[in-house]
Amino acid sequence: MSTPTVEKHSAALDAVEAGGVELITVTFRIRRFNPEEHPDPVWVDYQLTMDPKERVLDALNKIKWEQDGTLTYRRSCAHGICGSDAMRINGRNRLACKTLVKDVNPEKPITIEAIKGLTVLKDLIVDMDPFFQAYKDVMPFLITQGNDPTRERLQSAEDRERFDDTTKCILCAACTSSCPVFWNDGQYFGPAAIVNAHRFIFDSRDEGAEQRLEILNDREGVWRCRTTFNCSEACPRGIEVTKAIQEVKRALVTRRF
Amino acid sequence: MQIHQYDTVIVGAGGAGMRAAIESTQRTRTAVLTKLYPTRSHTGAAQGGMCAALANVEEDNWEWHTFDTVKGGDYLVDQDAAEIMCKEAIDAVLDLEKMGLPFSRTEQGRIDQRRFGGHSRNHGEAPVRRSCYAADRTGHMILQTLFQNCVKHGVEFFNEFYVLDLLINDGKTSGVVAYELATGEIHVFQAKSVVFASGGTGKFFKVSSNAHTLTGDGQALVYRRGLPLEDMEFFQFHPTGIWRMGILLTEGARGEGGILRNKDGERFMERYAPVMKDLASRDVCSRAIYTEIREGRGCGPEGDHVYLDLTHLPPEQLDAKLPDITEFARTYLGIEPYTDPIPIQPTAHYAMGGIPTNVEGEVLRNNTDIVPGLYAAGEVACVSVHGANRLGTNSLLDINVFGRRAGIAAADYANEHEFVELPENPAEKVQALVDGLRESTGTESVAQIRKELQETMDANAMVYRTGATLKQAVEDIAALKERYKHVSIQDKGFRYNTDLLEAVELGNLLDLAEVLAVSALAREESRGGHYREDFPTRDDVKFMQHTMAYQEVAADGSTSIRLDYKPVVTTRYQPMERKY
Repeated sequence: MSTPTVEKHSAALDAVEAGGVELITVTFRIRRFNPEEHPDPVWVDYQLTMDPKERVLDALNKIKWEQDGTLTYRRSCAHGICGSDAMRINGRNRLACKTLVKDVNPEKPITIEAIKGLTVLKDLIVDMDPFFQAYKDVMPFLITQGNDPTRERLQSAEDRERFDDTTKCILCAACTSSCPVFWNDGQYFGPAAIVNAHRFIFDSRDEGAEQRLEILNDREGVWRCRTTFNCSEACPRGIEVTKAIQEVKRALVTRRF
Repeated sequence: MQIHQYDTVIVGAGGAGMRAAIESTQRTRTAVLTKLYPTRSHTGAAQGGMCAALANVEEDNWEWHTFDTVKGGDYLVDQDAAEIMCKEAIDAVLDLEKMGLPFSRTEQGRIDQRRFGGHSRNHGEAPVRRSCYAADRTGHMILQTLFQNCVKHGVEFFNEFYVLDLLINDGKTSGVVAYELATGEIHVFQAKSVVFASGGTGKFFKVSSNAHTLTGDGQALVYRRGLPLEDMEFFQFHPTGIWRMGILLTEGARGEGGILRNKDGERFMERYAPVMKDLASRDVCSRAIYTEIREGRGCGPEGDHVYLDLTHLPPEQLDAKLPDITEFARTYLGIEPYTDPIPIQPTAHYAMGGIPTNVEGEVLRNNTDIVPGLYAAGEVACVSVHGANRLGTNSLLDINVFGRRAGIAAADYANEHEFVELPENPAEKVQALVDGLRESTGTESVAQIRKELQETMDANAMVYRTGATLKQAVEDIAALKERYKHVSIQDKGFRYNTDLLEAVELGNLLDLAEVLAVSALAREESRGGHYREDFPTRDDVKFMQHTMAYQEVAADGSTSIRLDYKPVVTTRYQPMERKY
């Protein structure tokens, strides 16, 4: 029963276990904004000596805890599940806790700024209320007719698989705030709301698809999407966001889902 | 200062808070105050599943589940509460399914179930498939589903409101005081009933699976109002956290066939738990891992971890059943779990103890009496269904069963009672707290004190404890509390002052760490998650009782901890030796 695994070690595992950390010096260039202090945003550089295998969130924490307590951002779980810390890192939307410093070119200053398209309130904190309002507008809950069954509703593994991808959404807003249409038109529902509509439209147990499709048929609905794929690239959960939006568009045309 | 009035106020919007809110919103005017946007809550980090004896894939019943829960808790579980939880588990799972939760399914389209640590067929015969799950994202799906249903029912949330005080007038609940992060403004919420569902306190340990935000806020403020905290010495260390980082890798990985191995490749759990092996309860597995490490069989150059080996499982199975945790290994360690074993170590995970409640969620002010209008549910509470060691999946069950019960009870109470008048100057204490921190000219740093607190807790109050290490922890915490009086912050502003809130949270962690260490020092036995090397056996004569810790305030304002004990409720199961 005891299969030795030690011989199977890869170079990657050996590197992890070797421990010996080579610290590097990194510059973080952060777009600071605090209207209590000054009406305009300003870029501020912070230098850190750190293990490049640490997360960008670890860097922000080090800055806040050791250099400048006024630096302000949202964070909670620190491993890519809660969706608090979406931000623009080197111009791309990412979760700070899921991005390792070594992967964002630490030889040059790493730029960090708030996500775009939502009002910046302080430093990296944006107003999330419009984002959650769009989510609420697509009726993101199971809609059924008639009486509930005594036991669970049956759903085949294939039917469950149909909408699996969009159940992964953590509402971090990385997709919506990467969308050029959303930047220019805050009324647009945005990718995340459509992803959450998709999650129910393609759930075999749900009977509210027609209502949701009508909502998304609006002039601020799915037709605003220009398939630039920014959202799919931005999604930290690997959801094929653009594909989901295309599927909703197709469902609107064919009324099949 | 603003004053609001709601029938029911719920503090916290994780699983327990939102489950309570879905009930109370349909019965009373309810406000949910939460320091995070609801979907940021740590329920979302739970992975493996929620047990209920649905018997969808093999024979099972709720009595077996109750027995496993009692045994898993090393007989410190209140058996009447465990029986309620395991009976209601079945409806709790079915309710979630009806709310829309996308469970993984069997071939027949029913909710699929898998094995989990400590859950067995017929009182310990063999592992049983009892955990209902959605891949390794069960907590995420529960959190999303409950939030979706809160949207459906129009639950009123106050997001990023930090509740910093509980108001009690003439022995009855009259409301809470909250700090609004966006503006720094203080809000008083008068309420007929209040439900605390504010989660755990794992951030006083360094290697922890807990979010940065899990700082025991609810426990600390209730404790400072003179109410007891129960069984705080019982803290669970999950066997499989990512080495050094503490990020959780679900027990479901072992439920799917994953194996713990030492540096010789040996499946060492066979020596510690011949029947359940890698699926023994978490306290047993975590001690076994540290024993391997201490006896020189740990992995790596420093021998300070072991492996979670999934390499014998088909990649398709990992992709379908464990997609998130395998991705964590790739993201944070840069290794490929198809072919590499994952370096792991036990990680501080869950507080079995908390605010004592009865099975309706009513908060106790001593061994027998309740505080009218005050409720608690979830990790913040201690019912006690987890006793000395919680079984895997029973936390997701706890939040659903007792969150629902507390929500209904709090709403019913509000419908039958009038508002209790607010005390004079209700916000006085909170105002003094935030002003004191904002104006402090001290030289101590929040981050430094927190770091030292985490270091002493990891060194002295973790899986293995002795009288000497716990005394060291008590001493260290006292010194840190003294230094905390001189803590200062850099951000003096009112807008999104997270610097200020981190200082408040540290104050909570310090008080609760002290309660943990003092309670653990007094418990001279080993039971469940509390292991004393100087008292390595369970002592049912002296210690088959719950610890109740009270803060005593002397005339000069200094505080101390008074310990009392409360009998365990035993119904069906007499204590037996615990073997897996």
